[in-house]
Amino acid sequence: MIVESLVFYTFSAILLVSGVMVISARNPVHAVLALVATFFLAAGLFVLLGAEFLAMTLVIVYVGAVAVLFLFVVMMLDISFAELRQGFLRYLPVGGLVGLVLVVELLLVELHWTVEPGAVAKAAAPIPPPDQISNSHALGHILYTQYFYLFQASGLILLIAMIGAIVLSLRSRAHVRRQSIADQVGRRTEDAVAVRQVPTGGGV
Amino acid sequence: MASFWTFVWPLIVIVAGIVVIIIPVLIGVAYLTYAERKVMSAMQRRQGPALVGPLGLLQPVADGLKLFGKEMVIPSGANPGVFLFAPFLTFVLSLVAWAVMPFGAHLVLSNINVGILYLYAISSLGVYGTIMAGWASNSRYSFLGGLRSAAQMVSYEVSMGLIMVTVLLCTGSFNLSEIVLHQQTVWFAVPLFPMFVIFFISILAETNRAPFDLPEGEAELVGGFFTEYSCMNFALFMLGEYSNMILMSAIAVVLFLGGWLPPLNFEPFAPLVNLVPGPIWFALKIAFVLFFFIWMRATFPRYRYDQLMRLGWKIFLPFTLLWVVVTASALEIFGWLPKVVP
Repeated sequence: MIVESLVFYTFSAILLVSGVMVISARNPVHAVLALVATFFLAAGLFVLLGAEFLAMTLVIVYVGAVAVLFLFVVMMLDISFAELRQGFLRYLPVGGLVGLVLVVELLLVELHWTVEPGAVAKAAAPIPPPDQISNSHALGHILYTQYFYLFQASGLILLIAMIGAIVLSLRSRAHVRRQSIADQVGRRTEDAVAVRQVPTGGGV
Repeated sequence: MASFWTFVWPLIVIVAGIVVIIIPVLIGVAYLTYAERKVMSAMQRRQGPALVGPLGLLQPVADGLKLFGKEMVIPSGANPGVFLFAPFLTFVLSLVAWAVMPFGAHLVLSNINVGILYLYAISSLGVYGTIMAGWASNSRYSFLGGLRSAAQMVSYEVSMGLIMVTVLLCTGSFNLSEIVLHQQTVWFAVPLFPMFVIFFISILAETNRAPFDLPEGEAELVGGFFTEYSCMNFALFMLGEYSNMILMSAIAVVLFLGGWLPPLNFEPFAPLVNLVPGPIWFALKIAFVLFFFIWMRATFPRYRYDQLMRLGWKIFLPFTLLWVVVTASALEIFGWLPKVVP
């Protein structure tokens, strides 16, 4: 127990520090790296809770894919650091207000939250005790039976977003020479070489 | 005092386990560089390293000592913190993944339920070492190398993930030991042979090895993302790269070549092959896959960048997606789906 809480407090402390660094770092690349650290430590906290599947998915999706592309974009863009920091005081009230609303919501939920007696029995899918089933099996069981249509619908939404991004960025340009591998492979000697009898001094 | 030992004793056991895993991996890394040079020289009719020690066997030691003696250079325009952290990250990530690797029937440091997801997560983190090195060096060549590597690794991870899904469909478990035990009748390389080939090509791209070594691309980018590195930082990158190769081969062995299970495990060979302990078979299979890594490097010219992207997104991704559907349908139609607890 002592070890667990020790690990928990270490992880949370570093998580909070890197969370603050995300919004306070002068260099945007440092901010993204701090964001990566935040994701990673949050995955660590999930592991402590026993939610191993969620932890690994968080690392794979957010750290391995989303944050890499984010970092990619931040490195490529030519960002003026001084300009970015100018609006800080102007936007502080709005940001502070949003933060305050979130904190109040969290407090309200935390203070007034009670689990209805018998809620577990009424849940959409019966939950077996955690020592009998691994949490990836439990998640799959619920997602692919009770919430199958919602799960598929969320997949479709992501697909539509992807197609939208492709449509937005797709453009056809004239005078672009593309490599057609099928053409190259299908090319034979007869198509490329012609043997001619050239008379002396005549040329082709 | 008893409570003190209940905490400390498992800690000692874990640390001992880590040492027992890491030391062979590092020795393997050292001799993989030697094997690479020897095998490639044999393929090109050269001698290869032959002067340091008998048959040149002490060459890796000499190389290591040489790198220790070099001066550490940090470019003046570099971002020192990120610059020094990148090689460290690459090296550490290539070692932490070994924690879940099953070396034998019960020989695994941490037998977690989501072993394969853990490996996938760690290998997807590997890109940070490269991209951070490329950015922090503040050099055009390094930066281009880092960007290329980020795009390349992210692209090939997608098809690797789908290949892992086909294997998971056949086993019904994320646990690496269970995946190996499901291959007792037949290794997955046989029924899923196309997936095995694509997986092998994807791990070449994932470890930035020839013919996909564009992030280094010495022909156009000098040395790619580690152009500016020297001394131990450079050594850490090299160690990380080679230990990643061994790690990826180990993943291929666990997924497709039956992990620690002996080959020819049937009569009349079974008593004979079972004389050799499982970890030895595991190591031999890893060496077999690594030989293909070196063979590829000695054989194929480097891909062009657009060809690499075309192969990953337009060929491997649709094909693996199709194969996931085919595998799932076959398992469903013939009733071969693995039984799951609830």
